[in-house]
Amino acid sequence: MANKIPRVPVREQDPAIRATNFEEVCYGYNQEEAILEASRCLRCKKPRCVEACPVGINIPEFIAALHEGRLQEAADIISEDSSLPSICGRVCPQETQCEGSCILGIKGEPVAIGKLERFVGDWKLEHDTAPKTPAPRNGRKVAVIGSGPAGLACASDLARMGYGVKIFEALHEAGGVLVYGIPEFRLPKQRIVAREIEEVKALGVEIETDVIVGRTVTIDSLMDEEGYDAVFIGSGAGLPRFMGIPGENLNGVVSANEFLTRANLMHAYDAEYDTPIYVGQRVVVVGGGNVAMVAVRTAKRLGAEATIVYRRSEKELPARVEEVHHAREEGICFRMLTNPTEVLGDERGWVKGVRCVEMELGEPDESGRRSPVVKPGSEFEIDCDVVIMALGTSPNPLLAATTEGLETSRRGCITADEHGATTRKGVFAGGDAVTGAATVILAMGAGRTAARAIDEYIRSL
Amino acid sequence: MYPILEKRLLAEGIWLMKVHAPRVAHAALPGQFVIVRVDKHGERIPLTISDFDAAEGSVTIVTQAIGASTRKICALEQGEALADFAGPLGRPSEFVHMPLEELRQRRYLFVAGGVGTAPIYPQVKWLKEHGVRADVIIGAKNSRMLIYTDAMRKVAEKLYIATDDGSEGFKGMVTGLIEELVGKQGEHYDECVAIGPMIMMKFVALTTRKYALKTTVSLNALMVDGTGMCGACRVTVGGRTRFTCVDGPEFDGHEVDFDEAMRRQGMYRTQEQRAAAIEAEREAGHVCRIGLDK
Repeated sequence: MANKIPRVPVREQDPAIRATNFEEVCYGYNQEEAILEASRCLRCKKPRCVEACPVGINIPEFIAALHEGRLQEAADIISEDSSLPSICGRVCPQETQCEGSCILGIKGEPVAIGKLERFVGDWKLEHDTAPKTPAPRNGRKVAVIGSGPAGLACASDLARMGYGVKIFEALHEAGGVLVYGIPEFRLPKQRIVAREIEEVKALGVEIETDVIVGRTVTIDSLMDEEGYDAVFIGSGAGLPRFMGIPGENLNGVVSANEFLTRANLMHAYDAEYDTPIYVGQRVVVVGGGNVAMVAVRTAKRLGAEATIVYRRSEKELPARVEEVHHAREEGICFRMLTNPTEVLGDERGWVKGVRCVEMELGEPDESGRRSPVVKPGSEFEIDCDVVIMALGTSPNPLLAATTEGLETSRRGCITADEHGATTRKGVFAGGDAVTGAATVILAMGAGRTAARAIDEYIRSL
Repeated sequence: MYPILEKRLLAEGIWLMKVHAPRVAHAALPGQFVIVRVDKHGERIPLTISDFDAAEGSVTIVTQAIGASTRKICALEQGEALADFAGPLGRPSEFVHMPLEELRQRRYLFVAGGVGTAPIYPQVKWLKEHGVRADVIIGAKNSRMLIYTDAMRKVAEKLYIATDDGSEGFKGMVTGLIEELVGKQGEHYDECVAIGPMIMMKFVALTTRKYALKTTVSLNALMVDGTGMCGACRVTVGGRTRFTCVDGPEFDGHEVDFDEAMRRQGMYRTQEQRAAAIEAEREAGHVCRIGLDK
């Protein structure tokens, strides 16, 4: 019978201290805490959590194994469905997936499934060091474009099936958004991301960096000249959006992508690295998603007074509740129902403020959220010297533009069926490149689905 | 890693490096650039391709040591290697895709300034190989700062030199020489291509506008990834915001907002200067005890 104790709290770095460093916010459970939390699981006969997991991890089983101290077994159960447990345990929106549907959550607190997954994933990285023997090769080759969650998941599965897999990465480091987008304090790069990538390489997957498919090589040259039987596109959604308001090209206005890439991929906060970053005294971040939250918290850590400006109310914030909570604890200022209309500059062309209007919520729009409308005569200014635009991203058009027969939607997303097959024979796609910006776990799921479809396709040749 | 096959000093502080990068060499076309990272701690900086040889698998870059990162690149020796060399990036020069018949009817004027002379070379060379006529103006402070003159002489129909102090060729700015050729001598060109410091390209565009001479410029904006991800290279062209890395680097010089582009180039200048100063101190063996290097 399940233990009727309250959810085991997770230890976190003190907000006042962590707002000045880049170390991980959440310490996670130790083994004792994890086993205690695992004891809360009811082991439902029809587990709703599994249904709510985009990759269908057998959650009650791994929790049961963990509860009985069989950690290797718990790790193996997760591995059947997820290749990146330490990452997903940290960045998945569990509150709307597994934990959101946990039966315990109806009257009390759901089982901390994310934290348990993280514990098992981290344990595996630490203890499961037995050398991996790559599966015997079947002589067929698949090229994977992009080394983010979709690409890594697709590559691992294909390698396990015996395919020779090479990932082509445009940047100098593998990991995609896990490396350039999500900061160290949410997802440690060396301790977690680099090691999960090593796990993928241990399966026999090769990674070639500095290759921009569409420029350095093309999908056609990979298939025709380099002999790849199929291609998987997991190139993500990397193109930043801007608002199109006056003053957006002033010095001091940057996209969240630029700001985060400088901080994360290029380590601009570390004096050992050459890449500069500019935060000034006061930073305004425009947007309310997870990217806006990590951008504003990064700005705070770099010493600025940091404010979120969002045009809807707190209830509509698309960011994870945990992220908003952490941001508040760290002293981030939130200005809800506020929308910028112009970035103001000084005589030298540098940002000195943002002109905003107050908004109120009107009728629901097509997304079901009440759409914000301008409150007449509500114009006001916020003083700041940096404005970070975190308004979402869209897929890079380069691949579609350089590949004959590869169709995209009006929003620039690559057209693919539910198995990941694109309009071009032998070319598959998944993750943000297909859906537009979404989550790590959905991208991973799409990568795995496409791996099965690629296997079927190559067998049919 | 991308080994340096050859390194040569072209003028004070300006180095030519031939880099082994077979994939880039195979795909490169005139007008494109690469992103270079010198080592683990280096910035990603864009450098325009100055030559490429697919057979040899080499790509040539020419770098002027001005900031912390370009100084680190220039400090590498033959046999050492760059950590990263990604490309070719950006769109190739427009003429690469023009029908040859039409192209051979055209006459080009290239205007090169300082280190911008190097990326002019593959363009003029390509045109020469395809039977298209191109004259070249190279401008520099003085004769000692001139680069690529011998190589250019072989591919240009006519080569003109302008130096600020008159130590070689025409005395004055490249714009003065354009006035001389197009204005006074009535030379006819169908298109001008200018590559050099932003301020030079601005004034070349102002000059050619008077003669309604179509002018293409290659912008050297700040970049991080070089693939359209960051938007650091935003530039206003014809009233629209464009990304230099994916929409450029070549744009219609008469449409570019140069004042904004120059201001945006200075976005990180104070920090870069600080980084350069700290690097110089470090090289001189100085250890900062008051935390300025933090």
